[in-house]
Amino acid sequence: MAELAPQLLSGNEAIALASLDAGVTLGVGYPGTPSTEILENLSRIGGPAQWAPNEKVALEVGIGVAYAGGRALVTMKHVGINVAADPLFTVAYTGVSGALVLISADDPGMHSSQNEQDNRRYAVAAGVPMIEPSDSQEAYDFMREAFELSELFNITVLFRLTTRVCHSKSIVRSRPKAPAVPKYERDVKGRVMIPGYARPAHKRMREKLKQIADSKLMDRLTSEYGDPKSRKGIITSGVTFQHVIESSPDARILKLGLTYPLPLERVRDFVNSVDSCLVIEEGDPCLEEAFKLVDIPVLGKPEEFRFGELTVDRVQQIISGDYREAPPTPPGKPPKLCARCPHRVAFSILSRLDCIVAGDIGCYTLGVMAPFEAMDTCVCMGASIGVGLGLRHALPEEEARRVVSVIGDSTFAHTGVNGLVDMAYNPPSTGHLVLILDNETTAMTGTQEHPGTGRKLDHSPTRRMDFEAVCKAVGVDQVHTLDPTEDVQAYEKLIKDSLDSGELVVIIARKPCILTERRIAKAQAEAEAAECLAEQPND
Amino acid sequence: MTEAEVTNIVIAGLGGQGVVKASDILSQAAFAASLDVKKSEIHGMSQRGGSVSSDVRFGEKVLSPMIPRGSADFLVVMEETQVTPNIHHLKTGGVLITPEHIPYILESENEEEAKRLQRTLNVAMIGVLSCYIDQIRTEHWLAAIENNVPPTYFELNRKIFLLAQAVEQVMARVASAAHKNGGMSIPVRS
Repeated sequence: MAELAPQLLSGNEAIALASLDAGVTLGVGYPGTPSTEILENLSRIGGPAQWAPNEKVALEVGIGVAYAGGRALVTMKHVGINVAADPLFTVAYTGVSGALVLISADDPGMHSSQNEQDNRRYAVAAGVPMIEPSDSQEAYDFMREAFELSELFNITVLFRLTTRVCHSKSIVRSRPKAPAVPKYERDVKGRVMIPGYARPAHKRMREKLKQIADSKLMDRLTSEYGDPKSRKGIITSGVTFQHVIESSPDARILKLGLTYPLPLERVRDFVNSVDSCLVIEEGDPCLEEAFKLVDIPVLGKPEEFRFGELTVDRVQQIISGDYREAPPTPPGKPPKLCARCPHRVAFSILSRLDCIVAGDIGCYTLGVMAPFEAMDTCVCMGASIGVGLGLRHALPEEEARRVVSVIGDSTFAHTGVNGLVDMAYNPPSTGHLVLILDNETTAMTGTQEHPGTGRKLDHSPTRRMDFEAVCKAVGVDQVHTLDPTEDVQAYEKLIKDSLDSGELVVIIARKPCILTERRIAKAQAEAEAAECLAEQPND
Repeated sequence: MTEAEVTNIVIAGLGGQGVVKASDILSQAAFAASLDVKKSEIHGMSQRGGSVSSDVRFGEKVLSPMIPRGSADFLVVMEETQVTPNIHHLKTGGVLITPEHIPYILESENEEEAKRLQRTLNVAMIGVLSCYIDQIRTEHWLAAIENNVPPTYFELNRKIFLLAQAVEQVMARVASAAHKNGGMSIPVRS
């Protein structure tokens, strides 16, 4: 077998390559740091990839692909799994015909997220196997294993990455491509989850997990490192392994690649073979709790190491027992809205009008920073409208009239539209104002397309979701569209009048993000040139 | 593995200055030179004009992708204000490289030209750094640059890289000569 040339790849690039080599039928997801580049790279290297409007739809499309006998890759950041949790917990029962690998890209330390939830909990809660790589080579190898495991056991596999695996580059050797995909088979009792069919499905799922726990796969994904004669043991997983082996090369280290179901007997043997064993894991004490539950005597980390990322320095602290905090470093420069960003206008106005702003997730969350400080809440994708409505329902009239929901275009298409349906269905007595800051891209994650841009993942044209028509169709009284940079006074007056009107109003402030200007201009020029050529076939 | 076998380099600056591109060039050049290499940085929120830094590590075998505190052999900072928030990365005796190392070469009286030159700041800084990295040959550096800049800008970046490299070599020689001749120094390095 000819060895393929090594490449320097990020974890995300390695995942994309592994999926292509595994014969992926479709890659689908919603952008979210640190997961976004997986599908972008899959598309770039010639794989089939598309953005869904949100993570729930992405997973549902992936489930369909896998029911059809295909191999599905579904990608999202950790909080995206919350959105997709509904289908996840039931596809865990049904299983799949082909393969379904769901990527959860967690963000310990919250570099670009609103929380640092540990999605290892999801594997246990839903009852699906979880695989965790520690670098790009393992991201590649374990992805290939994940597709094989999924297809072999007809089960969904949750594949957990963290920021430092996604966005670190290291050397990867790839393997030859997988053979073609199996065919569709109808399985009504296995796929239609009415209670009568779901009860046996739950038992089958637990049986499969037990089979996986007893399978050879445990051996392939579990490795030992360090000095075999050492009496000091460490159990770890993911990128933390790299920090551990750098900090403590003389210890015996057990690295777990499959963190659910756990190879408990192997862990017990390992722990019995050393004098003391420390579990070093980033985030929640998931492994520690699982071992202690079955009376495997391990030591965990102190509570303060549950917060933030682990590093070589922090791992050394856990090992040495010296928990003194490092001296604080001077703060860097915080991010801010770009100098020519069209969102700036909105936040200047909202600040001047002293509005209560229910915000949302995107670049415009930076409206919370000085000089605007024009944001009161930011919970999760699409929450601005629901939270704004709740504020309107509860606050005294005078204050309720100052409430505005601010949401971006990609976030509106994601789950904002659901809130809008409720606004029309249960209108607050003071009315409500929703400001859609439409910069025609998913800017914060790196300018990805979405249904409202009229362009697909690879920027090719498709049908465009018409926000104005959607707003009117759900029953909003007034829908206005304007260029936020054209007439600031008129913009401010419209916001003020809308707040005073007591009606349901949506203002769509549409102006392309300055970061996409050049790309859009180039695409338009190319389209025009193509049209020109088509009109002059004899030239 | 001893610490000495791995070279640790932190590249820092502000969003939009090409910090990530510079670390891509550096890591690809190290990869081309048959070294084990890892690099790590944060994307997303921090890119909107805020502080950005990237860790690059290379040697025979690299483990953690992140550089432990106070163990960077080199700290390359693209903007003076970013020295303070990043200096804790540098080890005692490590080399700090700032735009002071490339006096005049990115300047022009023509405004357009000056703008164009300023966009090569990251490659110029890599040119300075290259003087200290014996394991990576010029052909590796240039191949990595070619791989990371648009074809129409390669020639300009190639020139800037070589110019910055030459300037640093001269400055280092002057500094060394001044040191030998009685401890005089020029304020290029701390």
